[in-house]
Amino acid sequence: MEEFLYTVCGMEGIHARPAGQLAKKAAQYKSCVTIEKDGREATTSRLMALMGLDIRCGDSIKIKVEGSDEHTAADGIKRFMTEHSI
Amino acid sequence: MIVLNGTGVSSGIAYGKIRFFRHSKCAVEKISVSDTDREIKRWREAANDASSQLLEMAQRQEGGDAADLFETHRLMLRDPDFVEAIEKEIVESSVNAEAAIEVVGKRFSQMFSSMENDYMRERSADVDDVSNRLINILSGSSEQESGVPTSPVIIAADDLSPSETVLLDRSTILGFILINGSKNSHTAILARNLGIPAIIGIGEKLARELDGRYAVMDGSEGMAVIDPDERMMRELEKKRQNENAQKRRMEALRGKPDVTEDGKNIKVYANIASPADVKYVLENDAAGIGLFRSEFLFLESGSLPTEEQQFEAYSSVLKKMEGREVIIRTLDIGADKNAEYLGLERELNPELGMRGIRLCLTRPDIFKTQLRALYKASVYGKLLIMFPMVAGLWELIDAKRICREVREELHEKGVAFDENVPIGIMVETPAAALIADDLAKEADFFSVGTNDLTQYTLAADRQGSALERFYDIAHPAVMKLIEETIRAAHANDIWAGICGESAADTSLTEQFLKMGADEFSVSPKTVLPLRGAVRSGKAY
Repeated sequence: MEEFLYTVCGMEGIHARPAGQLAKKAAQYKSCVTIEKDGREATTSRLMALMGLDIRCGDSIKIKVEGSDEHTAADGIKRFMTEHSI
Repeated sequence: MIVLNGTGVSSGIAYGKIRFFRHSKCAVEKISVSDTDREIKRWREAANDASSQLLEMAQRQEGGDAADLFETHRLMLRDPDFVEAIEKEIVESSVNAEAAIEVVGKRFSQMFSSMENDYMRERSADVDDVSNRLINILSGSSEQESGVPTSPVIIAADDLSPSETVLLDRSTILGFILINGSKNSHTAILARNLGIPAIIGIGEKLARELDGRYAVMDGSEGMAVIDPDERMMRELEKKRQNENAQKRRMEALRGKPDVTEDGKNIKVYANIASPADVKYVLENDAAGIGLFRSEFLFLESGSLPTEEQQFEAYSSVLKKMEGREVIIRTLDIGADKNAEYLGLERELNPELGMRGIRLCLTRPDIFKTQLRALYKASVYGKLLIMFPMVAGLWELIDAKRICREVREELHEKGVAFDENVPIGIMVETPAAALIADDLAKEADFFSVGTNDLTQYTLAADRQGSALERFYDIAHPAVMKLIEETIRAAHANDIWAGICGESAADTSLTEQFLKMGADEFSVSPKTVLPLRGAVRSGKAY
């Protein structure tokens, strides 16, 4: 499993649109992507639960990637989040 | 004449007919059913229809925010938790699909109810949007074309859903007035993007019987007036013309170089507090970032940010600025800020306490982590490092020594970085201004932090409102120190800039230009007005 920490920098945190962008990106990989904040977690396919994590601008979140392409996926997702100011 | 007050979320003045937006929302009738299989089939078909509707809408938008939004709604429809909850509700309560969707939609919205108001509203707005789409499909009502205006109007509504907002024909909207609404809703963002006024939170005084009446609205004041009298109209018309003329002047400055009338190139840069602010820097056409306050990473989160987290933040800003200068100020927090994990002792006078470079030199572990992250990020653009709160020469020399140690360390590890990152200081203590000649021999640039410099020179707290008339940013003592700083910089062949409140004060621009200021760093929204002042000012 690959994991990394990320500080959310989008003004409105992870609300519907960034959650959707993230889910779409994660779906490109075979790996399962889980987001954790304050001990609560949600996989990216569960969009509403992800929105329910109440992730705000400046929050530190942990992203866990597990699967056959976890290395590429973790890299790709991290780059995607930075580039899209999530 | 009826005056309505709310919160302005987008400025501008508009005059026109009020048009109440009619939601195409169907009342849901709860029906007990025995054939739950049939309802499950109906729901699944509706979900498929909704999915293709959204796909088609997304394609029609040809990218952009609206397309992203519809894509997201499509994914929400497929959320396994949502699907499972609806099917379970149909079976266990033996109800029709519409009723099940309504109940489950509400339950998911409530999941967000522990959040702060604005956050919650934005998230539940999307869930409601998706549920309504499904219910409309099931009850056979058409897309929300009803109530869409054809001639320009001020749109009134209790609130607008995200998809209602993006589907509005932009050429027919003069402004928005909403009974509820939130500051960062799609409606507010759209209004700001279009440059049209929007007011939220007007409350029930904005009644449906006002539909069709004439109104004038002022977004910056958060005020709408129904059937305005002549005096009010004249006043606001004058304000509108002024605002428009100002806006046109500012737009005309976009893309223009920052050169004084007599030909000196000036850097007009913007301040940011987080990577998310870069978009405002680009929107306002700033030529670089003159002050990136790195504190945001250290506040908000309850622990020290890791090197990795810092690297991500710094490199993302450098990448987005595509080779333009980015001046990152190293950590400037002290005991007054909410960072308990630093374990700082409470101070009687934090403004004179362990903050800025003092903290960094006292806690080299924190400082080195930040410097490593900065140097590693330096390969992604044009980075400059700046130290805050320097008062003595030894502080700068010591800080530079630590920078050198970090560079050597990275060298040994074979990590790539820019060897020639300029290192400058904020001149914000009177001491630094008075020994600027010595400091200029060690620093690559100066940036005068006028807020702190004023406060420390005049011994007047800038937060104390009772002290307002004693806290004078243009006090001759402060101006003398600034002049001396710039003179010393030029005598040692380095550049000097101005940041803080006075940098944005265009009545002082000419004076700073005459002193020889080479750079200004201001909040993104004052970049264009400042450019105007620079272009009509003289440096010699």
